[in-house]
Amino acid sequence: MATETTRPEEHAPGGGGEAPDERVLLETEGVRVHFPIRKGFRQKVVGQVKAVDGVDLSIRAGETLGLVGESGCGKTTLGSAVMRAREITGGRIRFRASDGRLLDVSRLGPDDLRAYRREVRMIFQDPHASLNPRFTLLEIIGEPIRVNEGLSGSALEERVAAMLRKVGLRPEYMRRYPHAFSGGERQRVSIARALALDPRLVVADEAVSALDVSIRSQILNLLQDLQDELNLTYLFISHDLSVVEYLCDRVAVMYLGKIVELSETEPLYAAPRHPYTEALLSAVPKPDPRLRGGERRIVLTGDVPDPSDPPSGCSFRTRCRYATERCAAEEPPLREVAPGRRAACHYAEELELNGVV
Amino acid sequence: MTQQAELLVDDQEKGPESEFETPGRWRTVWRQLLKSRQAMIGLAVLAVLFLMAYIGPLISPWEFGEPDFTAFYQPPSPEHWWGTTQTGQDIFTSTMVGLQKSLIIGLLVAVVSTTVAAVVGAFAGYLLGLTDKALMWVTDLLLVLPTFVILSILAPRLDSGSWLIFVVLLSAFLWMVTAKMVRGMAISLKEREYVLAARYMGLPAWKIIFRHIIPNMSSLLIVDATINVVAAILAETSLSYFGFGIQPPDVSLGSLIAAGTRPAPTHPWTFWFAAVLLIVTVLAVNLVGDGLRDALDPRAKARRRKRRRPAPAAAAGPVRPAAGTGRVQGTSEKAAGKAP
Repeated sequence: MATETTRPEEHAPGGGGEAPDERVLLETEGVRVHFPIRKGFRQKVVGQVKAVDGVDLSIRAGETLGLVGESGCGKTTLGSAVMRAREITGGRIRFRASDGRLLDVSRLGPDDLRAYRREVRMIFQDPHASLNPRFTLLEIIGEPIRVNEGLSGSALEERVAAMLRKVGLRPEYMRRYPHAFSGGERQRVSIARALALDPRLVVADEAVSALDVSIRSQILNLLQDLQDELNLTYLFISHDLSVVEYLCDRVAVMYLGKIVELSETEPLYAAPRHPYTEALLSAVPKPDPRLRGGERRIVLTGDVPDPSDPPSGCSFRTRCRYATERCAAEEPPLREVAPGRRAACHYAEELELNGVV
Repeated sequence: MTQQAELLVDDQEKGPESEFETPGRWRTVWRQLLKSRQAMIGLAVLAVLFLMAYIGPLISPWEFGEPDFTAFYQPPSPEHWWGTTQTGQDIFTSTMVGLQKSLIIGLLVAVVSTTVAAVVGAFAGYLLGLTDKALMWVTDLLLVLPTFVILSILAPRLDSGSWLIFVVLLSAFLWMVTAKMVRGMAISLKEREYVLAARYMGLPAWKIIFRHIIPNMSSLLIVDATINVVAAILAETSLSYFGFGIQPPDVSLGSLIAAGTRPAPTHPWTFWFAAVLLIVTVLAVNLVGDGLRDALDPRAKARRRKRRRPAPAAAAGPVRPAAGTGRVQGTSEKAAGKAP
C-alpha cells in the first residue's frame, strides 16, 4: 500500500530523473522483499517483515552508487535481491545486458541467468569468511573462470596470475592458502575473484567495513583504480558515510526498507534534504577538533521501528525532530526536490538542515 | 608501500618448503602426512598388521583349520608359536586369518559409512526443504530400529563368505548420527560467504556440496571415520561374540576373542593374542586419522610450525612482544584460525 503512493510520481524515466535510459545499467522499480512471519503449529502467516519496501533506484553505467543506512534498514537485503540470492516479492529489477537487451532479473532463463551471473558480481564483507580455507588462491580465483569459461591448466594459471597482478598481489602466491594472508590481502583476493569474469556491475556489500583503517584506504583506491581501468559500475553498500563520500558519485539513503533521499554525493553531504540524512551526517566523526561541538550532534532516540509494523505516514516520523501531524497522516513520496535530487519529506524545501562542511 | 611490507611479513611466516612448486592437493597432503611422526608410526603399524595377516598363514607350518591331535590347549612353543586351542588348532594361523577379516571389515565399513553420512548429511543440510525432510526421515527411522536385533537376525542367514554383505549391513547402521552432525554443519557452512560466492558464480548445488561444503568438514569426517573403524571392528566383535557376526568357518578377531574368553583364565594364550592385535589395530588407525586430519587442514600446518619454533621474543626474556607488522600479522592469523 505504501508503495502505491510512491510509485506514480516515481515514473519519471530513469531513477535520477533526466538520465537517458541507455545509460542505466540496473534499475529497480518498486522492489519489495517481504519475509512472512509464521506462527503456531500450522505455521500460519501472521505478518510480513518488510525488509525492502518499494525501492526505485537506477544505477548508471560507470558510476558508483552508494547505499547507506543504519543496520537493519534493508540495504543488504536489497543487495542480495540484486544478486538474486533472494526472490523479490514485488516490483521489478531490470538489467541492461552487454548485448543491449533489457533483462528482467527475476525472470531469467538459464542462459540469461548465466550471463547475468557473469556480469554482476559481488565483493563480500568479511575477508575471513569469504574465501574457502581449503582452496589455494589459484582455486579461489580460478573457480569462476573454470566454471564459466572451462579454462584449466596453464591457461587458467595465466588468467589468475593476471588477476592477482591487477589487484596488487604477487602471482607467485597463487598456490598458497588464504590463512597465509592478512585481511587486506584477502580482500584483494576477493576482489580478484569478483573481477575474474570481467563483470560490468559489482555489488560491494560493506566491502571495506571489516578492514583496518590503514588498509581500508588502500582497498578503496584499488576499487577506484579498477573502476577506471575496467569501466566498472559499483553498487556500494555501506554504513560508513565517510567511505561513501570518498568513493561514490551518488548516494541513496535508506531507512526502514525505503529510499528517503537520493542525490549526488556533494550536495547531499553539504545540504541534506531529509532529516534522517541530517542525523546520519551529524554522527560522522569530524577529524578536526575545532569543528567539533560547533553544531549539536543529533542523537536519534530509540531503535529503528519494527519493519513488520512500520509507523503510519512517514516511517521516520517517530524519531524525527521536525515531525508534524501531517507526517503521521500522510506518507511523503520520494519526489524531486531539486534537479537531480529526490527526498521523501513533506518539508524538504522548508527545512534548513545541516550537512557536513 | 604498506602492502609491500605485508607481503614481506608473509614471506617470513611461511616455511622454506613452500617456496617449491606444490604440484597438487593430494601430493601436498601426502607430503604433509609423511612429515607427521605419529601418522607414520600408525601407517607403519597398519602395514605390518596387513603383512602379518596375509603372509602369516603362508609361513606358518599349520594350515588354517588344520587340527593337531597331539596338542590340545598347548601354550606357545616352537611347534605352535602362539599355542593351540581345545581342538588343537594353531592359534597363530587362525588369528592371522581373523585379522585379515577384521582389518578389511573395519576399514571398509568406516569408509562406506562415513561417505554415506557425509553425502546424506551435506545434501540434507544444504538443500533443506523436501530433500532434508525425506533424508532425515530415513535417518531417524534407521536410528530407532534396534540395530543389534536386526543384525543378529540377518547375519546368520547370510552364506559363509558373504562377509561383503555383512560390511554393507554394518555400514548401514553406523552412519546416522554422523549424518545428523554433518547436516548441522552443512547448515552453518551454507551461510558462509564463500559458499554464497560459489552460488553467485552459478555453481550447481551438488558441486558446491562436494567442493565447498564437504571438504570443510574433513576434520569431523576423518575423526568420524577413525572412530567408525573402531566401532565396526567392535560391532563385528560383539556380534561374533554372540555368534551372529562372521559365520564359521570364517573367523575374525571378534569370533576368536569370543571363542577364547571361556578358557582364558586357565589358558590365557587363547585370548590374549587376538585381543592385543585388536587394540593395536585400533590405536594405529587412530594415529593415522589424527595425522590425516592435520595434513588435510591447511591451517593446521601453520599452527604446527609455529608451535615447534620457539618464539624468539619470549626466549629473549622480558622484552615487549614483537612490535609493528609482526604483531598485526599475528592477530590476523589468530582471527583466521577462529573464523571458520
